[in-house]
Amino acid sequence: MDKQKRNENYNIYVESKVPKTKAWPSLFKAFLVGGIICAIGQGFFDLYSYLFPNLAESEVTTCMLMSIIFITCLLTGFGIYDVIGAWGGAGSVIPITGFSNSISSPAIEFKKEGIIYGICVKMFTIAGPVIVCGVVGSIVCGFVALFI
Amino acid sequence: MISVWDYVISFLVGGIICFLGQILVIRTKITTARILVLFMVIGMVLEVFNVYAPFREFGKAGATVPIIGFGASLARGAIMATKEYGIIGIFTGGLTAASGGIAMAIFASFIFALIFSSKSKRGGH
Repeated sequence: MDKQKRNENYNIYVESKVPKTKAWPSLFKAFLVGGIICAIGQGFFDLYSYLFPNLAESEVTTCMLMSIIFITCLLTGFGIYDVIGAWGGAGSVIPITGFSNSISSPAIEFKKEGIIYGICVKMFTIAGPVIVCGVVGSIVCGFVALFI
Repeated sequence: MISVWDYVISFLVGGIICFLGQILVIRTKITTARILVLFMVIGMVLEVFNVYAPFREFGKAGATVPIIGFGASLARGAIMATKEYGIIGIFTGGLTAASGGIAMAIFASFIFALIFSSKSKRGGH
């Protein structure tokens, strides 16, 4: 059997073994999980607007985001967020809770490799690109604002 | 003050953004890091073109909780600081705006990593 044929057969084999994500149920689940997380965020937003009426809207938003980030880290610690993530797919990744989970999950996972090389290094395996692109992008936006 | 409509809108807007993300996941098998970066950059572009502000006004938490809102707040921080402080604002503005979220994520993760040990063999991502 020549090499090309073998590679093709292998690709077909891999394709058959990769778990298929069922399209419509997973889209619905993502919609549901993402929507519920955002509705919880709105709940915190209303709570902080009520508790601290003097704060500006952007500060209340920051408090709200910090609260749901904290809760997500706690849920990741208890192993609950992994369950939500397995069920909700992108619905658990795209809200800021996904960013938070992407930091806390490897931090907890690689704890056994030590504090510096385990927790501190592995913390940024997924969040690192997000923070790098965020900083670089914000600087580009700043330059754009300078010339407009 | 508290209206049910805000919650409905948050649910729908946030849900639709995640729905679009899930379509991407199914079609392209995109990884977690890429999907986060992609949506954050979309948020930044929307903010630069002044499209995000009306969207946030409409979508409430549905617009700020997804990572799109994180990107938009980074961009908005940089733009506002540049207008206020000039050149130095280009570099300080972005992280200043996002500092609360990033600091809390790192702090809480560190503390909980010290407290908890991994439960599942499967791991997070």
